[in-house]
Amino acid sequence: MFDKILIANRGEIACRVIRTCRRLGIATVAVYSDADVAALHVEMADEAVHVGPPQSAESYLVIDRIVQACKDTGAQAVHPGYGFLSENTDFAQALADAGIAFIGPPAEAIAKMGDKITSKGLANQAGVNTVPGHMGLIEDPEEAVRIAEEIGYPVMIKATAGGGGKGMRIARDAQGMRDGFRAARSEAKGSFGDDRVFIEKFIDQPRHIEIQVLADTHGNVIHLGERECSIQRRHQKVIEEAPSAFMDPETREKMGEQAKALARAVGYVTAGTVEFIMDRDKSFFFLEMNTRLQVEHPVTELVTGLDLVEQMIRVTAGEKLPIAQTDVGFNGWAIETRVYAEDPLRGFLPSIGRLQYYDEPAEAAGVRIDTGVVEGSEISMYYDPMIAKLCTHGSSRDQAIERMQHALDAYYIRGINHNMAFLADVMAKPRFQSGDLSTNFIDEEYPDGFHGAQPTETVRQRVVIVAAILQRAAAGREAQIVGQMSGHGAEVGDDWEVFLDDERVPVTVTHGGDGLWRVATPAGEDEVQTGWRHGSPLFHASISGRPVTVQVDRVGARWRLTHGGASVEARVLRPHAAQLAALMPKKAPPDYSKFLLSPMPGLLVKLLVEEGTPVKAGEELAVVEAMKMENVLRAERDGTVAKVHAEAGANLAVDQAILEFE
Amino acid sequence: MTVSGEDMQEIIRQLDEKRARAREGGGQARVERQHAKGKLTARERLLLLLDEDSFEEWDMFVEHRCHDFGMDQQRIPGDGVVTGHGTINGRLVFVFSQDFTVFGGALSDAHADKIAKVMDKALEVGAPVIGLNDSGGARIQEGVDSLSGYAKVFERNVDASGVIPQISMIMGPCAGGAVYSPAMTDFIFMVKDSSYMFVTGPEVVKTVTHEEVTAEQLGGAISHTSRSGVADLAFDNDVEALQLTRRFFDFLPSSNMQDPPVRPTPDDPNRQEPSLDTLVPASPNKPYDMKELIEKVVDEKDFFEIQPDYAKNIIIGLARMEGRTVGVVANQPMVLAGCLDIDSSRKAARFVRFCDCFNIPIMTFVDVPGFLPGTTQEYGGIIKHGAKLLYAFTEATVPKVTVITRKAYGGAYDVMSSKHLRGDVNYAWPSAEIAVMGPKGAAEIIFREDAKDPDKLEQRAEEYRTKFANPFVAASRGFLDDVIMPHGTRRRLCKALAMLRNKQQQTPWKKHSNIPL
Repeated sequence: MFDKILIANRGEIACRVIRTCRRLGIATVAVYSDADVAALHVEMADEAVHVGPPQSAESYLVIDRIVQACKDTGAQAVHPGYGFLSENTDFAQALADAGIAFIGPPAEAIAKMGDKITSKGLANQAGVNTVPGHMGLIEDPEEAVRIAEEIGYPVMIKATAGGGGKGMRIARDAQGMRDGFRAARSEAKGSFGDDRVFIEKFIDQPRHIEIQVLADTHGNVIHLGERECSIQRRHQKVIEEAPSAFMDPETREKMGEQAKALARAVGYVTAGTVEFIMDRDKSFFFLEMNTRLQVEHPVTELVTGLDLVEQMIRVTAGEKLPIAQTDVGFNGWAIETRVYAEDPLRGFLPSIGRLQYYDEPAEAAGVRIDTGVVEGSEISMYYDPMIAKLCTHGSSRDQAIERMQHALDAYYIRGINHNMAFLADVMAKPRFQSGDLSTNFIDEEYPDGFHGAQPTETVRQRVVIVAAILQRAAAGREAQIVGQMSGHGAEVGDDWEVFLDDERVPVTVTHGGDGLWRVATPAGEDEVQTGWRHGSPLFHASISGRPVTVQVDRVGARWRLTHGGASVEARVLRPHAAQLAALMPKKAPPDYSKFLLSPMPGLLVKLLVEEGTPVKAGEELAVVEAMKMENVLRAERDGTVAKVHAEAGANLAVDQAILEFE
Repeated sequence: MTVSGEDMQEIIRQLDEKRARAREGGGQARVERQHAKGKLTARERLLLLLDEDSFEEWDMFVEHRCHDFGMDQQRIPGDGVVTGHGTINGRLVFVFSQDFTVFGGALSDAHADKIAKVMDKALEVGAPVIGLNDSGGARIQEGVDSLSGYAKVFERNVDASGVIPQISMIMGPCAGGAVYSPAMTDFIFMVKDSSYMFVTGPEVVKTVTHEEVTAEQLGGAISHTSRSGVADLAFDNDVEALQLTRRFFDFLPSSNMQDPPVRPTPDDPNRQEPSLDTLVPASPNKPYDMKELIEKVVDEKDFFEIQPDYAKNIIIGLARMEGRTVGVVANQPMVLAGCLDIDSSRKAARFVRFCDCFNIPIMTFVDVPGFLPGTTQEYGGIIKHGAKLLYAFTEATVPKVTVITRKAYGGAYDVMSSKHLRGDVNYAWPSAEIAVMGPKGAAEIIFREDAKDPDKLEQRAEEYRTKFANPFVAASRGFLDDVIMPHGTRRRLCKALAMLRNKQQQTPWKKHSNIPL
């Protein structure tokens, strides 16, 4: 076994590998760039070696520096994590040349699986299902129909030179095939000057399902079941789970055996993943093999009870796999959500900056958090904007979802934008809960993008209860101020009204002492037990026996409460004050549809229009530089510039108006 | 002689009638018009400002004494202002609330007398005054009597200044001479869209200067809280304004003879904040948000910022440490690199003097690269305006604790509550740089002969940086009491303030000082 391992990575995966090493009594070496001097993985490792400036290409990706770091520290092996050098054959080779073990597959396996065509060919040979299709030249519609019938409808006709959806047609029968063939050809001709097309099986509602394999150097290969990663956004996985709600034991067995066959065929060692797409009829086809530890490996660990990093290390050290295929058991259900620094309300634009406030849910029963940050960490523009992976495990899918919802409620991040509301909203979708997934899920459920989670009736009811208690507690504490007129001191009433938007809810709050409250609303009476203290951002409570966590931000005279992904502003007033508050005019928020707003804080580099300029939808209007990235802002619709609010060179705040249209 | 039972009943009936008449104000139609404008009535406002059932009204039956222009035919008991006292969370406060429904809230001599009466009593018993302004201006029918009335209030504002806290809430029009009473109080709070203040209104402006401007643009809440700095806070509506004024009131002592109030808190004075260790970025040119530091140091993240939209390069506001009120002054590196300029100096100077008047200890967080250069600043008199802040910090005898987080350059270092100006406890973070100027500028002056050789100059700047870009030189002179770790800032400041709780400092007798106004 190794005494010292270097982790050629950063962030949560570096921390996660270090944790396993610690448990195994192996010393760890971290590497870091200038941007990561104060990063958590550096702090956690026994030693740390600086490898260059913030840009990955000049630090984490420089093979020589990593190899040198191993030599300097005496590390005997390298765990590459995922990304960076994890699937780089030169790196694997450089380590082999230096006599340092690479905790991963042989360079040859990486090379073979890294090439799309080679891997598909190998998969075919190994008896792995691949997407049926016809790559040869097709002369006329009737030939196309014949081929399509061989493959089986529906099929996709694609331009050989194609891209961007042009020259693509889906055919579901012979007539559709004839029409589609002609249309695709003429479109291809028009768009690319090349009318060659090919035909491939079309999968309507594809699911992304992958098989985890584990192989040792003694010829043993096992699979650890599947993960479903269908919830994707622009081919980026967002939510993963194990097992898949769509899977049955026979299909799992078939897929598992194919994955193992492929692993054997390429001489695979350590942990790898064979990705498939699955059709509604449960036919499945090989996509690619990832020759590394996957981001979403924790869900497999949770259901199998195995530590994949430990197994990778042991196998690399020459040990045999401790279990055979028949020993692999699956326990319950695990779900992973990826917490990203991004703004789901603005098309998931990355958000960077300091995690001013960061409080993770407690790692209680069934909750696992893989993170590489702490409060005060910087989410930098140089690396992946993933903040953490939040996993929950339960005896059933429902329980795992429920635990995930609760964990998301207790995950408090302020200072940058994040996708927590989006994740919570997906968790609450009936379609997600029923397990009816496909890689089109996000596009279909959010056709116009995500506009924030709407509070459900339950969420609203809880918000009312919590707001009432917060206000009553605040009033009670205010009444403890010194210097009151003796004999005429402050008293606190129990009757209040909670305003949520336009809704007024009368509430009676009584304090039973010791964190016990009784709250009566028109919906009923609840007993609430809480340890909340003034100033705490998380209101953990049991509301009539149900554990509930609500995030609390005090904004002026209001409470902004976040629960179930929804943020709700509540005002709580005594009944006489509520009467008067109802007289206050509703102030419409300014109409920003006529404005071009800065989507991020930054520098207005260029303004391409002036007052009176007519603009067409999609036309470039301004360039905003944020963190050295130039962002082009375009007109959303046709119009005329009425007013320029910011000049080139101006520093812009987020949502600051740049232009106003007529 | 005794009053017969019947006579007594008649008197009581008349009393009830008069009370009812007074409570009606300008009548239902005017009340509805007030509501339609998004404004509450004078009495409704007091209901929200004060503890329930705590208001004791005075002078409900006062009427004006004017006989001209038919005014003798129009009398409404109370005469357009509701006055008296009540409590906010049990603490005594005197109030006056102008009633726009009665003669448009216009100020008559009798109206002024009512205000003067509560102010006199407030001064005698040592309790704050909150004035709710909603008045069309002078009672023109009364002529000079009305002006005399204003002056009565002005005089009392001045007498009360520095003795009892005075807060002005502008909740409707406040124009002409009427603006000067609020101007002399400690704080002005406005309501967005329904209040404005100006010396001359849009019509006069148009006649004289041909400028076309709306009342909102000229003197609305946004203009005064972001451009002129006349007002301290702008609220969304009457209800929020009054609710938050109650919160604000809880920070203030009743008078200059009292200590600021104490309120229990569950927040641990020893709370550590590890994230503050990474607050100051590695690059000296990268900004960071000073508000994060303030929030993480004070009790319960509860920082009541004042003038948040004006001169944002300096932050001022009230907070609590171990339940006790403190004033916070901090440079904001996010805006103009946190430099001092005319507006920020004036903003902070007035706040420092307020704290000093009312025994509120001052916590200062320093990251200041110097004064803002330029003709605008020099012609605008930055010398005298900057001196105001210097003067205010120096004369303040309340406990003064200071933390330098990063830059403390040049004269601005001296100004920001430095040891040299009787700072009681002066700490620096390890990232502090206390020097006459930045390393580059310093090298250019000291090593003028190297000016043409950028490499050498860079090397010289590095020498200067090594020598001064740290807190050790200042600490070796005793200008810093200690170099502290950021994560322990709250603990160290709580201890410093506890140590200073009974601070006594005498200043030479003088009639009053002569601050460079």
